[in-house]
Amino acid sequence: MIELRDVTKKYDGIPVVDRVSLTIEKGTVTSFIGPNGAGKSTLLAIISRLLRQDGGEVIIDGIPIEKWGSSELARRISILKQSNQVNLRLTIRELVSFGRFPYSQGHLTAGDWAAVDQALAYMKLTDIQHKYLHQLSGGQLQRAYIAMVIAQDTDYILLDEPLNNLDMRHAVDIMKTLRALVQDLGKTVVTVIHDINFASCYSDCIVVMDQGRIACSGGPQRIIDRSVLCDVYELDFHIETVNNQRICVYY
Amino acid sequence: MTEERYAADRRLIAILALLVAVVSVLYIVVGLKSSTWRYALSLRVPRLLAMIVTGAAAAYSTVTFQTLTNNRILTPAIMGLDSLYVLLQSLAVYLFGAGSVVVSDPRLNFLVVIAGMLAFAVVLYNFLYRREERGLAFLLLVGIILGTFFQSGASFIQMVVDPNEFSVLQNRMLASFNNMNTGILWLAGILLVGAMIVIARQLTTLDVLALGREHAINLGVPYDRVVRRLMVVVAVLVSVSTGLVGPLMFLGLLVANLARERLHTYLHRYLLAAAALISILALVGGQFLAERVFNFAAPISVLINLAGGLYFILLLLKESRA
Repeated sequence: MIELRDVTKKYDGIPVVDRVSLTIEKGTVTSFIGPNGAGKSTLLAIISRLLRQDGGEVIIDGIPIEKWGSSELARRISILKQSNQVNLRLTIRELVSFGRFPYSQGHLTAGDWAAVDQALAYMKLTDIQHKYLHQLSGGQLQRAYIAMVIAQDTDYILLDEPLNNLDMRHAVDIMKTLRALVQDLGKTVVTVIHDINFASCYSDCIVVMDQGRIACSGGPQRIIDRSVLCDVYELDFHIETVNNQRICVYY
Repeated sequence: MTEERYAADRRLIAILALLVAVVSVLYIVVGLKSSTWRYALSLRVPRLLAMIVTGAAAAYSTVTFQTLTNNRILTPAIMGLDSLYVLLQSLAVYLFGAGSVVVSDPRLNFLVVIAGMLAFAVVLYNFLYRREERGLAFLLLVGIILGTFFQSGASFIQMVVDPNEFSVLQNRMLASFNNMNTGILWLAGILLVGAMIVIARQLTTLDVLALGREHAINLGVPYDRVVRRLMVVVAVLVSVSTGLVGPLMFLGLLVANLARERLHTYLHRYLLAAAALISILALVGGQFLAERVFNFAAPISVLINLAGGLYFILLLLKESRA
């Protein structure tokens, strides 16, 4: 369980994340939505210790984040950022093998390589595992990064805009994979997503952020609602139920 | 497939090691006369050792610094670190006088200046990491301004000090390839080995750091602590090479990039070894040519800076297109 208590982050005195308190349950997909600059990515970076909060507490499995050892925490929680440009001459397999660093500090055992092979297979990358990253398409690259996170084998997986620059088919693939991670492997997935309909169809819990605060949170049925969304996005929303899923039309 | 690539890299490193050995033997042996061989050896052996230490220090410091900054164009020299060494030297003469023990004892002098370098490394670390993301152009600009500032500061002090003291400074402190400061050779060698041990224990961490800050933290590297420690190591290494032979503007840049380009791997185990060997080869081979073939007509630092400068411009052009 991830608990946030009054988490605050300020830039030049202006709060970007403003006294956010939240509990993220294990075994769920939680999506953060909200307009640009609402503080979603910043909050995700704080939960994954990429940024330090100015106030409040982040508690992971009952222990405040500062008390965790670096390696130990890296075996519990992982983050994939939206801009993860790596300028190295790496193959997919080499990239994925980095995911085992928290376990073996770079000296991979047979068990580590087995985990790498599994992650590659899970993301259907086995056939192209020796390709270099710069030879890959956007969708393949994103799958490679997710394979690295799977190899890291953490309970909590945080993804900042995992669907960025992907076409519809690849986006659906990624979201299905994330759902499968929760269902098959018991992971907890936390994402920042801009496409509300993806959030609606694939999340157990949606957290709406606006101006550094949580505007509201709950299941898709409750959150994907005119009264909630019109206010936050300042757009006119039209919401339909299709196959039991809440779908927004706002174009 | 991956194994084949590593085999090729290992082969390349073995060839480089062999070349270094050959050139070293040539440097020692060629031109020895039966009447003066003792004297010649007493000059050549320390020089050879000084070049090996310098070459390794320049390569290790540059590769490490580039990995820390995730940038193939930035080097400690371009950030002005070796000019700072000269400035601190000049400052020591100015403040304490040429007769003082801080200046006249080469080892003590070396240690005092290193202390100053470490202090600056911490400042540089704060500047590079505590601020929000800066563009490459901004950092380069800062480096060039700092380097020029340190150089001008050093020349200013050299003009202000007493002419007698200046001659001391010039002779002993402002080392060059034809005037190597072999008095600190052992101390420099010990520092180099110490620094190499620290780096050797962080080899796989360096591989992860090359992915960038966010990936490194995600994978459980205690980022701030590791980077701070490695910046200190870089400052020590720059002091070692600058103390022995003076500023080497482009050597590190040249060899680090050649190693990164020639090898097929991201593994620092191989990158550092290859860069160090190329660096030693360039220095010893260059000095051999300069001394025995050109008869000291063309200083090796000029040759290296010419090659390095051209390569630097090439890199900038390539990066701006990418």
